Amino acid sequence: MSPDAPRRSPWDGISFEERMATVDFRIGSRAHITVDADVCRSCTTKACVSACPANLFAPTADGGILFNYEECFECGTCYMVCNAEGALTWTYPDGGHGVVFHHG
Amino acid sequence: MAEILEFDAVVVGAGPAGASAALALARAGRSVVLVERGPFPGSKNVYGGVVYGRVLDDIIPGWWEEVPVERWVVRRSTMMMTGTQSLSIDYRTDAWGSAPYNGMTTLRCHFDAWLAGKATEAGARLVTSTVATGLVCDGTGQVVGVRTDRDGAELHAPVVIACDGVNSFLAKEAGLLARAEASHHTLGVKEVLDLPPGAINERFAVQDHEGVDIEILGCTRDVPGGGFLYTNATSVSIGVVLSLPELAASGTRPEELVADLKSHPAIAPLLRGSTLREYAAHLIPEGGYDTMPALSADGLLVAGDAGAMTLAAGIWLEGVNFAIGSGYAAGQAADRAVAAGDCSAAGLASYRADLEGQFVLADHKRLRKAPSLVLSDRVQQRYPGLLCDLAEGMFTVTNPTPKAGGFKVTRAAAARHGVSLRQLAGDTLRGLRIFG
Repeated sequence: MSPDAPRRSPWDGISFEERMATVDFRIGSRAHITVDADVCRSCTTKACVSACPANLFAPTADGGILFNYEECFECGTCYMVCNAEGALTWTYPDGGHGVVFHHG
Repeated sequence: MAEILEFDAVVVGAGPAGASAALALARAGRSVVLVERGPFPGSKNVYGGVVYGRVLDDIIPGWWEEVPVERWVVRRSTMMMTGTQSLSIDYRTDAWGSAPYNGMTTLRCHFDAWLAGKATEAGARLVTSTVATGLVCDGTGQVVGVRTDRDGAELHAPVVIACDGVNSFLAKEAGLLARAEASHHTLGVKEVLDLPPGAINERFAVQDHEGVDIEILGCTRDVPGGGFLYTNATSVSIGVVLSLPELAASGTRPEELVADLKSHPAIAPLLRGSTLREYAAHLIPEGGYDTMPALSADGLLVAGDAGAMTLAAGIWLEGVNFAIGSGYAAGQAADRAVAAGDCSAAGLASYRADLEGQFVLADHKRLRKAPSLVLSDRVQQRYPGLLCDLAEGMFTVTNPTPKAGGFKVTRAAAARHGVSLRQLAGDTLRGLRIFG
């Protein structure tokens, strides 16, 4: 059987914003991940855009990437799938900051 | 000049590996600091189902009397599905519902904090909200401590144990772990859904503190991976685990696949009326034995996810137990090395030997070929549908047409999914060799 069309149920109508609103983020003042949009402009795949589970990478009109560090799971998906050397600098948020899972 | 604090050992990461390492060292009378970047142990951690407790029997006798458990798993189910079908192998036993138990569901902020508490009770010093930002090395390259982001303070010790998780920047800095190897990792995304305990008990056919763990194949479209659903005390956790390179190439959003699974006809009725409590995501090291880093360097040991010690072998999915086993062994090896005055890689080598001799590396070695089979195209894309069609062919009553034999039904199901009987036999044999 071929993969079927995605099903939608009445209780599955959770928007992405509602999903993210369930997560406790203690946002620090320092951006722990930075993106070099100049490098991103030459990237044809932009895998980070679809793969980031927090949906933090937004393509811009000029072919670059806009990134928001605030609601980050610190999972590492973006730098793992990034194929452009130097596009991402990736560190953990300062101690005590960032995501806090209460039901992990 | 930044402050420098001296210890016998520095353990980075207060997850199960780090807490166990610190516990072993503290029990041996060593001064040990346990550094955690989150505000409390477990705050950065996510898991996918079951903590298996046998590893705790020797470390914390009678652990089940005090562990923060959600439910004791008495039902273990493996489900294969297509968009409209599902086929389950469901096992239930009373034996797992009483001491000494087999596996439990728990919440990591409770479980990890409990285990870290054991380390501090034994004398370890827990420092939270502090990132170990890098290694401190002496002139010969031997690791002698870590830098932190707490006013630049440094923690020095003859041995550092990196239990800093799947992204282990300490193991990477030491050159033990590749910077970014997407093909050795999967992404887990999970939703915790509140559900009244009465509804959980009725829908999952359990009672009181009994729980269920369901592992699912065939629910991740064209992205290799799998799904899971397990019961907590007053919530259920559901999610998918996705191969990173294929997820990236597919352009599919991870939460879309969770939504798919939640709305599957075999799953949706179990979740009806639930409300989303927490969404979470975490990477899992799934490369298996053949992709594990070297586990020691001069002055450094690596344990838990940092050492890629999760067993992702399809029918066995374990991680926390390997973290505990490897962490405790690392703590013991560090103690021996400190006692002998030799924390070089050679002085720490007893760690690897110890792990090879027990389940931690023996299980990984035995199942080293499993990840490639479990994530292979036929197992992922063809067999779930093939097996569902096989069940449908066997159990659909076709009167007045006489029943087809099992062989004919199998051949038809295999043909429908583009699998030859030769391939089917070959994969069966391969599976038997790997798991048998």
